[in-house]
Amino acid sequence: MRLTISVALTTLAVSQAAAADAVVSIEIPRLNVVEYHRPYVSFWIENAGGDKVTNLAVWYDTKLKNSEGNKWLKDMRQWWRKVGRELTLPADGVSSPTRAPGTHEISFDAKTSALKDLPAGEYQLIVEAAREVGGREILRVPFQWPPKETKKHDVKGEHEIGALGLTLNP
Amino acid sequence: MKSPLKLAALSLLAMTAVSATAYAHRTWLLPSATVLAGKDNWVTVDAAVSNDLFYFEHRPLNLDNLAITAPDGTPATADNIAKGQYRNTFDVRLTQSGTYKMSLVNLGAFASYKLNGQQKRARGKADTIAKEIPAGATEVKLSEMQGRIEIFVTAGKPTDTVLKTTGTGLELVPVTHPNNLVAGEKATFRLTLDGQPAAGLDVEIVPGGIRYRDKLNDFKVTTDESGTFTVTYPAPGMYWMHANVRDEKSKIKDATRRASYTTTVEVLPP
Repeated sequence: MRLTISVALTTLAVSQAAAADAVVSIEIPRLNVVEYHRPYVSFWIENAGGDKVTNLAVWYDTKLKNSEGNKWLKDMRQWWRKVGRELTLPADGVSSPTRAPGTHEISFDAKTSALKDLPAGEYQLIVEAAREVGGREILRVPFQWPPKETKKHDVKGEHEIGALGLTLNP
Repeated sequence: MKSPLKLAALSLLAMTAVSATAYAHRTWLLPSATVLAGKDNWVTVDAAVSNDLFYFEHRPLNLDNLAITAPDGTPATADNIAKGQYRNTFDVRLTQSGTYKMSLVNLGAFASYKLNGQQKRARGKADTIAKEIPAGATEVKLSEMQGRIEIFVTAGKPTDTVLKTTGTGLELVPVTHPNNLVAGEKATFRLTLDGQPAAGLDVEIVPGGIRYRDKLNDFKVTTDESGTFTVTYPAPGMYWMHANVRDEKSKIKDATRRASYTTTVEVLPP
């Protein structure tokens, strides 16, 4: 089975979803601001009680010298509290550079990714974005794991995140 | 030019303000940040005595008794200490990962007495204040003060080493870590007096930003028999929390004891 997190056009997400168990698609909006920095974005899963957390991915400024980009990780406040402060970064398969405005997709294979140890149950995909000299936004997508059928969940952000989609494939 | 009398009055005020709510002024330490990520962070801290929180409008808070404890329990130093008209400031370089404590513990004693018909005052340490009272003094009143103001700052993952209490005066035992507070979530703390549960004590909680609202928006919670109290902070921001107690448990003979605890905590958005 697959969980796809995609923040892309629906059709694109669906076609991509065929290749993964879970696909997240995220749209990073193009903002008309004087000073623009690409947002830091984090993705994780919480169980219904919020006490079991599965880290999926974090996009941040990995290229600055002396790991200075790590300093702003705390601006993704909930991610920092639930996930980030427990991690040593960079973390293989988890951390990667920030992304430009547009729609991006990341896929998680249920056999090999962080999802492989996820017990059956109710979960939330949580995506948090924070932008230097900009705002912060956190979106939650409830879902059932494992999926019984292919299912696409869509939510929409208001300012830091555009469309957010989660496609699950059994 | 300040008269010696005025100076004396000011220093007396500065000292009593630490522990006494008889004066309306609030004493506080305010860190520039409490939750930090990455390496080689600094925080800067303001120290002041004021009415409104957190504005510099009355007196700087004396930093002579400042102590900083690093996550591993060793003392850390304050850098760039500056004294201002309305506030004092210092910086702390966070070289370790974990929770730092910055505290001002003011232990002292006061005496008031009459000598040859004149009202006199003296101050000193608890074990030597008796020597300040001349022979022939009448209407002697002694009081001991144990004032504690502290703040917590965490780089990386919160740790507990600096949260250990000393067993003297009024102290906070965090059940919820003080750098893990989120608006709308219940936080739990305990107060101890000389290491024992401080039961039935009122804790005053005031959100910062007083200047820009019409109501104080303060609230009180009371400790239960185990000294425990819970707070659900209504909104993100800096909060001032204060409790004090007056009793006869001074180590000075025939003296009253006043113990106080003050902290500033940061509550983050959910």
